[in-house]
Amino acid sequence: MLGEDSTPHPQERSRREQSEDPEFLQLLDPSGQRVARPELDRWLADVDGEGGARVLAGLYEDMVVIRRIDMEATALQRQGELALWPPLLGQEAAQIGSGRALRQDDFVFSSYRENGVAYCRGVNLNEILRVWRGNASSGWDPFEINMATPQIIIGAQTLHSVGYAMGIQFDGADSVALAYFGDGATSEGDVSESMVFAASYQAPVLFFCQNNHWAISEPVTLQTHITLAERAGGFGIPHVRVDGNDVLAVLAATREALDRARQGGGPSFIEAVTYRMGPHTTADDPTRYRDANELEDWAAKDPILRLEKHLESRGLLTQELRERVAAKSDEVAGVVRNGVITMPEPEAMDVFKHVYATPNSWLSRQEDHYRRYLAQFEHHGASAAGHVSGGQH
Amino acid sequence: MATMTFARAINAGLRKAMENDPKVVLMGEDIGTLGGVFRITDGLQKDFGQHRVLDTPLAEAGIIGTAIGLSYRGYRPVCEIQFDGFIYPAFDQIVSQVAKLHYRTQGLVKVPLTIRVPFGGGIGSPEHHSESPEAYFTHTSGLRVISVSNPQDAYTMIQQAIACDDPVLYFEPKRRYHDKGEVDEGLDLSAAPSMESARVLTQGSDVTLVAYGPLVKTALDVAVAAGDEGISVEVIDLRSLSPVDYPVVEASVRKTGRLVIAHEAGQNGGLGAEIAASLTERCFNYLEHAPVRVTGFDIPYPYSKLEMHHLPDLDRILDGVDRAMDRPNSLSSLDGADD
Ligand SMILES: Cc1ncc(C[n+]2csc(CCOP(=O)(O)OP(=O)(O)O)c2C)c(N)n1
Ligand SMILES: [Mg+2]
Repeated sequence: MLGEDSTPHPQERSRREQSEDPEFLQLLDPSGQRVARPELDRWLADVDGEGGARVLAGLYEDMVVIRRIDMEATALQRQGELALWPPLLGQEAAQIGSGRALRQDDFVFSSYRENGVAYCRGVNLNEILRVWRGNASSGWDPFEINMATPQIIIGAQTLHSVGYAMGIQFDGADSVALAYFGDGATSEGDVSESMVFAASYQAPVLFFCQNNHWAISEPVTLQTHITLAERAGGFGIPHVRVDGNDVLAVLAATREALDRARQGGGPSFIEAVTYRMGPHTTADDPTRYRDANELEDWAAKDPILRLEKHLESRGLLTQELRERVAAKSDEVAGVVRNGVITMPEPEAMDVFKHVYATPNSWLSRQEDHYRRYLAQFEHHGASAAGHVSGGQH
Repeated sequence: MATMTFARAINAGLRKAMENDPKVVLMGEDIGTLGGVFRITDGLQKDFGQHRVLDTPLAEAGIIGTAIGLSYRGYRPVCEIQFDGFIYPAFDQIVSQVAKLHYRTQGLVKVPLTIRVPFGGGIGSPEHHSESPEAYFTHTSGLRVISVSNPQDAYTMIQQAIACDDPVLYFEPKRRYHDKGEVDEGLDLSAAPSMESARVLTQGSDVTLVAYGPLVKTALDVAVAAGDEGISVEVIDLRSLSPVDYPVVEASVRKTGRLVIAHEAGQNGGLGAEIAASLTERCFNYLEHAPVRVTGFDIPYPYSKLEMHHLPDLDRILDGVDRAMDRPNSLSSLDGADD
């Protein structure tokens, strides 16, 4: 195993990353001050210009609302209404900053944690939690919001996004495919293969890696010895490392990468350095593997806090804005909760549905046999069929 | 009707599918400029262009994974896996994505993907070039698995596979690539038998012999040789391995009362086991002998000097027919207690 004394603790490393890395892009410093970065500022003309107050208020609202959705889902899980939930707490800037940079005709392939991105895509809120209640294997119609069903196999979706991007190329369109994945995912072979394909074909795809420092219990230092962004360099893919808790840096970097792809400049890679403030999922206990101090450090870099400081410094964090955002959060949380509690239960025979798109003789027979099996309980009652319980129904 | 090789028939079928549907794209290693290591895609890149026939990087998961993305975008990719033994790097994408996306998305996402796999032995190759991995895939729900045994089916069924809205693994018996046969290129696909159907090749009354892919030709030879000894063999070309066309096999077994299944793949957990079990369930009372399997051994595919010992051939299948017929055979001395 890795020698304890020779390997820097992830906490050490993350400090070093931010203080010493000249490539680490920040447009809002921890005190909320707007830092000038000429190469990126041109992507924030709307934020810095006349209508800036409105844009910033929108980003702020989104971040607060998705945090509230996330909290509500965690609460629903604790109350036994959901089987599991993977919180995004702490990653709001990374998800809203990138999600809000997208065009409607772009197409997102994500993992399970990108519910903030799904929110930006306009998902029906009732559909986010279907999977986590165990009522279906997917929530929304991918073609309605141009976002694929979230992927649980780590890294697999990166290849799907590149294939989709190849299709965009064949069609002569100027939309972009996005791959969202985590720091842990970068070690999967699929992710490397996807960068090979993307680079070779110069496909219009954006690899958006949220480095939240943890893959369940494994620190990012176990996945890589260099920054994750540098990895992309090895494939010849333009890459940038941004402060993932700075919504403006994420927004600007994403806009730049999308524009490059639209102009025929091929793939880009963004490493958004952020932090998973919650457990991996509601089934996880992070106290077994990480220091409370580390969480405290990152709590000070909370992305919503950062934006609030900025809004304050510009005199934009008005009582009216706070109240409006709070009201919206309450409303959304209510919709989510109600949606979960009133969610229709699936039917027993749904278990056979959609295995194939075309009729299949083998499966039809199994289905038919199971239908008969269930029917005997309806007609005769459980005991008449010779069983005590009537199965698990 | 035209006489053409098996390989040419697949090529012609691919060409036809590409002409009929601009969304059909071919992907694979060496399939473009070279035309494939077996020349199955010969000339197609030249005629359809680099966007329709893609030479891909050497990454099987990458080929299948990007093909899935293309499906999301409305394309109908046809992927070539260069050799059977090189499909495993793509196993995860096939089993966890290709097979399950339609189910996962309640039918919203279709994966009309065709995966062509040259398979089977008998060509004197080193390791990894002669395997029969079909059972891994017949065990996976959500996939259709077919295998072709003659040029006409090769031509027709590649088009049916491509037109199908479900993912299809299309297993091509590479040692038969140079066999010739008559192909009706004008055949109306909608009039052709469904790719889910098995085909009775010879009528027989004593024993049913089920084979697919490379061993169909051998099975036909068996029928002739057994006929010389007065045994009437009904040969069935399975064509579809998942699902198996059980009604056709069952009707035959009800008639003959005896069943022999032959495949190159190993026996343990193989397709023969599934067919034997299913037929026993379906028509136990009609069986006059336990189903007999004649298969490759449960060994890694051997080096080529020994492959003829591994592959079921005419004599080994005849021996199996003798067992099913209760005639003297290699295991007779075991007095029925043959395991
Ligand atoms: C192929 C595969 N291996 C293992 C897992 C189990 N698993 C689920 S999430 C996870 C950690 C992923 O970490 P990361 O990519 O950093 O994403 P994050 O959870 O931090 O968003 C693991 C190992 C899986 N889902 N898929
Ligand atoms: Mg992570």
